[in-house]
Amino acid sequence: MATISEKIFSRASNSDAHAGDFVIGNVDCAMAHDGTSVLAVKAFRELEVPKVWDPARIVIPFDHIVPASTDVSANLQYDIRQWIRQQGIENMYDVGEGICHQVLPEQGFALPGRLIVGADSHSCTYGAFGAFGTGVGATDMAEIFASGKLWFRVPQTMRVTVEGKLGERVSAKDLTLNVIKHIGADGATYKAMEYYGSAIEDLSIAGRMTLCNMAIEMGGKAGIVPPDEKTDEFLKGRAVDTYTPVYTDEDAQYCEDIHIDVDDLAPQVARPHSVDNVCDVDEVVGTGVDQVFIGSCTNGRLEDLEAAARILKGRSVVVRTIVIPASRSVLLKAIEKGYISTLIEAGATLGPPGCGPCLGAHLGVLAEGEVCVSTSNRNFKGRMGRGGLLYLASPETAAASALKGEIADPRLV
Amino acid sequence: MNMTISGRVWKYGDDIDTDVIIPGKYLRTTDMQVFAEHALEGIDPDFSKQVRSGDIIVAGKNFGCGSSREQAPLALKYAGISCVVARSFARIFFRNAINVGLPIIEADITCQQGEICTVDLQQGKVHCGDRVGEGTKLPEFLQEILLDGGLVAHRKKQALK
Repeated sequence: MATISEKIFSRASNSDAHAGDFVIGNVDCAMAHDGTSVLAVKAFRELEVPKVWDPARIVIPFDHIVPASTDVSANLQYDIRQWIRQQGIENMYDVGEGICHQVLPEQGFALPGRLIVGADSHSCTYGAFGAFGTGVGATDMAEIFASGKLWFRVPQTMRVTVEGKLGERVSAKDLTLNVIKHIGADGATYKAMEYYGSAIEDLSIAGRMTLCNMAIEMGGKAGIVPPDEKTDEFLKGRAVDTYTPVYTDEDAQYCEDIHIDVDDLAPQVARPHSVDNVCDVDEVVGTGVDQVFIGSCTNGRLEDLEAAARILKGRSVVVRTIVIPASRSVLLKAIEKGYISTLIEAGATLGPPGCGPCLGAHLGVLAEGEVCVSTSNRNFKGRMGRGGLLYLASPETAAASALKGEIADPRLV
Repeated sequence: MNMTISGRVWKYGDDIDTDVIIPGKYLRTTDMQVFAEHALEGIDPDFSKQVRSGDIIVAGKNFGCGSSREQAPLALKYAGISCVVARSFARIFFRNAINVGLPIIEADITCQQGEICTVDLQQGKVHCGDRVGEGTKLPEFLQEILLDGGLVAHRKKQALK
């Protein structure tokens, strides 16, 4: 009678955990990046615990401001590198390796049934592999560094069933934005979401990562796709350990049941300044665009670059277009397949694997009043620079908009 | 820390996200004063100039949504905010606020900008004028963390026992 979340928390807390219970969970894998590790390490030092609980279970990718943009960032990163060495943490992925939420799955840390906690809100991405992935802040991460444990309230679970077939040039991001439109920016607060239905089964692993990545944009504590043969296929040769997938029992309790049909779904766009301000692309077609960003932990994967390259092949963008692969591995494969040369020939600019301008710190910050079509996950006021206006969309819609210089329907270019 | 807090109200709406509480470009420092100087800059550029120590924020639903940045509750705390009252909180902000020793309470109450509001954390109640908002009482273990001034201070106190 248990959900995936209840089963994972039962194992992690050696108890019979039910939704609403407070438990102390043993964390299977902990992640912090160059941004959040600064305050996490500061809090860890203040705890005066000499050694982390288990260096092999800690993963630290540098992705947020890479390479360092200022002397302050450089000095903070220098200090974290020293600390990582002192602590004997070997799973450190430095500048250029990629975004944490891409690197952990690629390196086989995101495994079914695991409790993975990251000092980053998009740690829910690991739910694409049937893990309970969730985000915390720096002090919680320091607590995990010191003890390997953290308190949790076991979440209630919403069942989200998505049926139907996505049309040509309509992709996982459109499905995801449509789910957010139905549930709202706080509709899943404190809750876990489990995804079912033919449209979810049809999603590639990359597409499931896009979907689970944005669970937090509905307030979700986790977004989980039950593992299947695609999961095993992806993890073959990568998984750092053996794993046991867990599935929800037939008589488990869901707090809500949501059904969504994506047959005939149009490309979706989230307008400024909230992620649930979602409409069909035709409502915003023609809006002038100053910048296009294709990348991020939501849509910087190989199939995203492929989708953009297919639309831009042999054509030219008319606005500045920034492409940032999610990882070194994605970049290498995209070079091999010719997508990178296609994109660059079309006029796009390539940035180093990492978060890029998503968080508004470097590599494509907007000027006051500028409009950006972005494949990232947040369009909050000022997110990519003060006064900037962000429209979130799929790589297909972003590429089509880059061609036209205004928001465009990718099915019509 | 006192479990009853009184202060002047700063009133905000729904979905106040962490990017407006402290924009991403100010995150790369450990200087708390930088966070305080830019607190709420994204929606209220005057806030950091006019906030006084002890003031209280009263907001709508989903306060603190968005990123996991602990700089968000730190910015409010070091700006002088003594408590955040909101109809609901985004879960990471909720944890972070307790961990850095910024009192928070979920309650539905209507207040005007500048009014005096009193929060009783132990009872889970918020008073403003003649109105009382029944809030959600924090579990005792979280009240203890707040009372000790945050998670690090709480752990150090435990270690001394």
